[in-house]
Amino acid sequence: MSAAAPALRLPPRQSWWRRSANGRLIVLYLLPAILVMGIITAYPLIFQVWLSFTDYGVKNLRVGSPAPNVVGFDNYIRIFQSNLGIPNFEFLRLILYNLFWALSNVIIHVILGVLIAVLLNTKGLWFKRFYRAIFIIPVVIPPIIVATVWRNMYDPDYGAINLLLSGTVGTLLRIPPDAFRIDWMQQVADPIGFIPLPLAFYGMLIANTWLGWPLNAVVATGALQSIPNELYEAAEIDGASSWQRFRNITIVYLRPAMLPYAIYGFVITFNLFYLAYFMSGGGPFGRTELLVTQAYRLVNEQRLYGVGAAFAVIMFFILLVITIITNRMAKATARYDA
Amino acid sequence: MTTATAKAPARVIARVRGGGRDRPTLLKQLILQLICLGILFTVMFPVLWILSMALDPRNLSRPDGLNLIPPGASLDAFRKVIAQPTVNPVSFVELALNSLKIAAGTSIASVLIGVLAAYILSRFDFRGRQVLMIAILGVLMLPAVATLAPLFITLNQVRFEIPGLGLFNLRNSLLGVMIAITSGLLPFAIWNLKGYLDTIPRELEEAAAVDGATKNQTFFRVILPLATPALAVTAFLGFLSGWTEFYFSWQFLENPKDFTLAMALYNLVGQYARTTPWSQFAAFAILTALPVSLVYFIFQRYIVSGLAIGGVKG
Repeated sequence: MSAAAPALRLPPRQSWWRRSANGRLIVLYLLPAILVMGIITAYPLIFQVWLSFTDYGVKNLRVGSPAPNVVGFDNYIRIFQSNLGIPNFEFLRLILYNLFWALSNVIIHVILGVLIAVLLNTKGLWFKRFYRAIFIIPVVIPPIIVATVWRNMYDPDYGAINLLLSGTVGTLLRIPPDAFRIDWMQQVADPIGFIPLPLAFYGMLIANTWLGWPLNAVVATGALQSIPNELYEAAEIDGASSWQRFRNITIVYLRPAMLPYAIYGFVITFNLFYLAYFMSGGGPFGRTELLVTQAYRLVNEQRLYGVGAAFAVIMFFILLVITIITNRMAKATARYDA
Repeated sequence: MTTATAKAPARVIARVRGGGRDRPTLLKQLILQLICLGILFTVMFPVLWILSMALDPRNLSRPDGLNLIPPGASLDAFRKVIAQPTVNPVSFVELALNSLKIAAGTSIASVLIGVLAAYILSRFDFRGRQVLMIAILGVLMLPAVATLAPLFITLNQVRFEIPGLGLFNLRNSLLGVMIAITSGLLPFAIWNLKGYLDTIPRELEEAAAVDGATKNQTFFRVILPLATPALAVTAFLGFLSGWTEFYFSWQFLENPKDFTLAMALYNLVGQYARTTPWSQFAAFAILTALPVSLVYFIFQRYIVSGLAIGGVKG
């Protein structure tokens, strides 16, 4: 069979037949996706753009109700001016917080993931496979479950975090349990005076760190195992310290694998709906709201469909800028490494 | 061993110096074990907490301390949430069936329609290909929440009288939620599957063509069997997001008979949850997470790699 194969390689058949056969296949296979996406993806998105220039509200929802007024860029201007007449909406703060939220999370996830992957990659470590199996657990639990469970863990009166703190720190330092009624998610005063972030940010950072580092450790482990052992041996012979080996071999080899993943994690964390919505509910005073949760509230709670559509269009452009910047970063680094 | 030492004296020196990488000293081993156990504690703490709460028999509205196995542990809370988890007159099985319909329907539809389009995008060049790819990427960039308003209004306009059943409103139905989810899931499935199909060597199709297979046969007999793992992973990822989907169902559905697991979960922790015993919340969370988490845990090696293919190729 394999010996006869070269002899069977015929020149292309009549090109018109071939081309039209391909054409038929392309149309046939693409048609279902094009039809479905045209109706339920493209049309709503185009409709969304039109919607964003109107004052569409509850009054326009009923069948036969008058068409909404076209208001031009009014919705956009009101969003940029934070002038929506709803409480706790500050557009600039929202964007800055959202960026900082994603960035701080990803940095911690990547560092912790790499460190723990290196730890678990130690030769001769006992129970290595057991640890690797258990440490994946946060990844496999649906985010909505993680968010609701952590919300209850942060409960000021009965939550596990406060009970744990009063059981350990409280017992050791003889602080009465009543001192541990920390309102993790809604405390108004900032815990660190000179950093304008509420306690809920730190609480969710901890919860999302629990959720986020294991997948980074999985990616890092894969990259670590591809580093040839000879490199470490050679460096050792040359008298490199363990820090130098980590800095000059491990980090250099990990970066090309981790960077695309870090970018992916940044976008995922930037749009992480469940934690902000279920844990803090955006509180206190909307200061831990993300763009996604704000977009949901505009439609679900405020029923400002026109404003919500304009907000979604703005979100699209923010994410477009982020995508372009991160792609440039990924490419620049790839070239540097090559 | 003696030949090895003769060949690699440097390694021996390194070991004698105490810098051996192969066998950590007992002290180092114990320190590393201590760190690992510390991490183990943080990873397992929320899981064990929710388990112990679910087993608490006293039906306390709130826990009174941290006990791994509460005194007189029982499965009462599980019995209660299976019968009726929230104030709404629906059982756990009804909620789970609704979530199952949404998750299975959207993921299967997306993968079946998606793999055809993914194959074309992976193998053929045609006019409009570039535009289609950019459009798909653009949709992928936008989180599903951002299409809530237009989908809500559009689906809300589809309403008609069904004789004997009354008014049918597409928005207020499981089908409507499924359409809204598929709106974002299908582009994801196409992109994820295209990423995988790109890795299947073209020589296989050429060989099939040489053997006289038509394009259709090549796709169904050669490509599809090879793509089965990717199909399974993509379908599972879609299933996972559908199983716990919240924002569309919460916005669209009004009839308690249509409610989903995620909606009930929100009722158990949201503003109406002041009177819900935490043992029942815990039992409900476990019942919701367990089926998908078990599958994910067992197949995580494949799923994580499938995720990486789809997510990283931007």
